[in-house]
Amino acid sequence: MSEMKWGWPVIGAALFLLSAFIPLIADGYWMSIAVTIAMYTALATSWALFSGPTHYISLASGAFFGIGGYLVATAMSDYDLSFWLMLVVAPLVSALVAALIGFATLRLSGVYFVIFTLGLAEMIRNLVSWVQNNFLGSRGLYVLTDFTEAHIYWMLLVVCLVIFVFGWWLSRSRLGFALKIIGNDEEVAKHVGINTALAKVLVFTTTGFFGALVGVIIAPRYSYIEPNQVFSPELSFMVVIMALLGGAHRLWGPLVGVIPFALVWETITIAFPNSTTFFLGLAFLFIVYFIPHGFAGLIEKHWLRLRS
Amino acid sequence: MDILVSGFLLAGTYALIAMGLNLQYGVARIMNLANGEMIVLGALAAFWAFTSYQISPLLTLFLAAPLSFIGNWLIYKFLLRPLVKRAKNQGQLEVDSILATFGISFALVGIMVSIHGEYFTYSFLANPIEVLGSTVAENRLVAFFIALAIGLVLYLWLNHTRAGTSVRAVAVNADSARLVGINVDKVSALTFALGGAIATVGGVLISTFITLDASIGVIFTMKALIIVIMGGVGDIRGAIIAALILGIVETGVATLVDPGLTLVAAYFIFLLVLLFRPQGLFGRRST
Repeated sequence: MSEMKWGWPVIGAALFLLSAFIPLIADGYWMSIAVTIAMYTALATSWALFSGPTHYISLASGAFFGIGGYLVATAMSDYDLSFWLMLVVAPLVSALVAALIGFATLRLSGVYFVIFTLGLAEMIRNLVSWVQNNFLGSRGLYVLTDFTEAHIYWMLLVVCLVIFVFGWWLSRSRLGFALKIIGNDEEVAKHVGINTALAKVLVFTTTGFFGALVGVIIAPRYSYIEPNQVFSPELSFMVVIMALLGGAHRLWGPLVGVIPFALVWETITIAFPNSTTFFLGLAFLFIVYFIPHGFAGLIEKHWLRLRS
Repeated sequence: MDILVSGFLLAGTYALIAMGLNLQYGVARIMNLANGEMIVLGALAAFWAFTSYQISPLLTLFLAAPLSFIGNWLIYKFLLRPLVKRAKNQGQLEVDSILATFGISFALVGIMVSIHGEYFTYSFLANPIEVLGSTVAENRLVAFFIALAIGLVLYLWLNHTRAGTSVRAVAVNADSARLVGINVDKVSALTFALGGAIATVGGVLISTFITLDASIGVIFTMKALIIVIMGGVGDIRGAIIAALILGIVETGVATLVDPGLTLVAAYFIFLLVLLFRPQGLFGRRST
C-alpha cells in the first residue's frame, strides 16, 4: 500500500492537467457541457465535504449560488465594481450567511437543518425581489465581461482544484476526523470532547463560500441576471442528486456522479423538456433504492472483489 | 381586525394539514416531504371535478379522501416500508425517507404539471359575508368549519378509542407498543395513510379560497413543517397555537407589507423558534 500513497494525487493531477486542454478541442456544444460539468463538480464536491461525513442533507446550494450571482450582478450594474472584487466579496458574504444558518440550525437534529435549507433559496428570492421592486426599482442587472466559455471553464477548474486540495487536507485533519465521528454518532463525538456544533458550522461555511464563488464565475455566462433565475431551488436538488449518485463518502465520488448525470440530463432535457421534474423524482428514487452508496460504493465493492 | 379574522380562518386549514404531517412523523417516523404534493393533489382534484363536472368541492372531499388514503397506504407499503426495515437507526431512516419523499414529491409534481400546467383557478362560494365586523368570503368560513370538525373528530378518535390509543402508543415507543401486542407495522401504515388523506382534504379546502398550481406543494410542506416544529412533534395543542400564529402573521404581512413576503415571514418565525424554543412551544427541553 505504501507505494500507492502518492498514486492517487498523481493520477488526480494528471486528470486535472488533461481536462485543462478540453477547451482547445471542444466545439461550442461540448464546451457548454464541459462548463456545466465543471460547475456541478465544484458544487457537488464541496457539498459532499460537509454532507458526506455528517449525513446532514443541505439544500442550500441554490441559495449560495444565487447570492454569488446576484451580488456580482448588482455590484457590476449598480455600483460599477469590478468582477474580481466581487469574486472575493460575494463568497465571503455567502460564507457569513452559511455560518449564521449553521449557528441557528446545526445545534439541533438534522431534520431541522434540511427543512430550513429546503425553502431557503425561495425565501431569499422573495426577499430580494421585494427589496428590488420597492426600493431599488426593478431594472435588469447585467454582468458584462469579455470572458468566453473557455475562461469560465478554466476558472471553474481552478475552483475544483482548490476544493479537491481542501477536501484532501480536510480528510487528514483533526476537523475532518471530528466530522466523521459526528456522522457516526454525535453523542460519542460530544463525549470525547468535540465541539460538534462548531465543527459542523466551520465546514458548512466552506460550502457557502464555494457555492457563491461558483455563482459569481457562472454569472457572465448568462450576462442578464434576474433573482428568479439565479435563486433556483432546482439547482440545490441537482447538486444533491449528483453527489449522492457518485457517492458522498469519497472525495472523488461526486465527480463520478456529475459526469454521467450531466450527460444523461442533457439528453433528457432535450427529449422531454416538459418532464424534467418527473425524471428528477425518478432519479432520487433510483438512488435511494438501488445505489444508496452511489457509484463510488459500487466501484469499491467490485474493486475489493477483484483484488481478493 | 380583518387580519385577525382572515388569519384565524386560514389557520384552521393549516392546523389540519400540520396534524396530518404530525401523525406521519410522530407515528410512522417518516419525515414526509411529499406532504405538500398531497395537498396540491387534493386541490387539483377539486379544481378538475368543479370545472369539468360542476361537482362541489365539498363532495369531492368524500371521494378524494379515501383515494388519497389508499394511495398513501400503497406508498408506505411499497416505498417507505423497505426503508424502515433497512434502516439501522433513526438517523439513517430520516436521511433515506427525506430523499425518497423528495423523489415521490418531484415525480408527483411532474405528473401534475403534465395534467394541468396552469393555475387551478375556479370560483366556489366566493360571496362576501360579515364575521365579527369584518368581511370575508364564505368559502374561507366553510373551509374553516370543516377543518375544525375533522380536527375535532381526529382528536376524539386519538384520545378516546382503542385504535387511537394504539396509535398514540406507537408514537411514544414503537418497541414497547410491539410488546403489548400492537401490530406496529399495520398501525404505522394506516397512520401514514391517514396523514396523507388529511393533507388531501386540506388541499381540497384550501383550493376553494387560494389559487394553487402544480409546483406550489413545497411551500405548503415548509409551512406544515414549521407548524409541527413550532408546536412540538406529536403535540396537537401546540400545533393549533402554532398554526394560529403562522396564519395571523402571514395574513398580517401579506396585508400590511407585501403578499410576496409570506414565506419570508414564515421563515422569520421559524428562525425565532429554532433559536429560542427548538423543543416546541409547550415542549420540555430534553437533556
